[in-house]
Amino acid sequence: MAKGKVEFREAYCKGCSLCVNACPMKILQISKRTNAKGYEVAECVDMDKCIGCASCATMCPDSVITVYRD
Amino acid sequence: MKIIADKPKLLTETPMHYCPGCTHGIVHRLIAEVLEELGKADNAIGIAPVGCAVYAYRYFNCDMIEAAHGRAPAISSAVRRVVNPDNLIFCYQGDGDCASIGMAETVHACMRGENITVIFINNGIYGMTGGQMAPTTMPGVKATTCIYGRDPKKYGNPVHLSEMLATLTGPAYIERVACYDVPHVKKAKAALKKAFEIQMQKKGLSFIEVLASCPTNFHMTPIEAMDFVKTQAEPFYPLGVFKDITKEEANS
Repeated sequence: MAKGKVEFREAYCKGCSLCVNACPMKILQISKRTNAKGYEVAECVDMDKCIGCASCATMCPDSVITVYRD
Repeated sequence: MKIIADKPKLLTETPMHYCPGCTHGIVHRLIAEVLEELGKADNAIGIAPVGCAVYAYRYFNCDMIEAAHGRAPAISSAVRRVVNPDNLIFCYQGDGDCASIGMAETVHACMRGENITVIFINNGIYGMTGGQMAPTTMPGVKATTCIYGRDPKKYGNPVHLSEMLATLTGPAYIERVACYDVPHVKKAKAALKKAFEIQMQKKGLSFIEVLASCPTNFHMTPIEAMDFVKTQAEPFYPLGVFKDITKEEANS
């Protein structure tokens, strides 16, 4: 069971990949999906590994990510 | 599960116009988080600059004023004289605004020791107008107005604003921080919190310089731009506290 969970508000994501670089578990990636603005949005590929450290949310310039932890 | 990180309520739902990976968004969030933690979200007044952050008034849910180019410290000095002393006032400025056209206002506000907080975003380039050389552009760095790299003999030397202002008697707190990785963002948040606390104690002007990246005008990816700040900008603009009146009081 994962310790943490992340949620992306994809409409606001600009695909800058700073969260991908900041994640210590390397479970984030830039997907092939685009949002209404045409940016390829970030996503979590393996939520079970998420430790809820909020590194991604700390680096996100657009406050896209909501982090939950037990 | 409980929420440990979310968009602060002090930021509006308006999507930011900044380029992908721009440090402005990180600093906006930090300011909003700090003001909420200090319980001052309802009586903060922000002064927006001219530059990339010109639309900052759209993103903060507090009272905002848009100043003429470089005049944010002058406007906030005026606001300080008419509002309740408990209101927190912050100027949010870029390097063209704070270190170039607004240098006089910045220096004089510091000399008077106004009880305000100035947040100075130093990315070493003019972002909004298309990547021209700024007063803080480092020697050797290319910009559209110095295409072979800044030559100090031809274009003059860059200004170290924090060090310069630290020689004045007026300011209470001056620190330079960076936002290129998670530990430095947390340190930047702590510095902003200290700056606002000093303003709440009415000790005088607090000045926070943030080393920022500009992926678009550096012609880099956001990660490369952050790496540039770490490897090139930080050695040239060393991080640290340049003036802290609270420490000086404790020692005397």
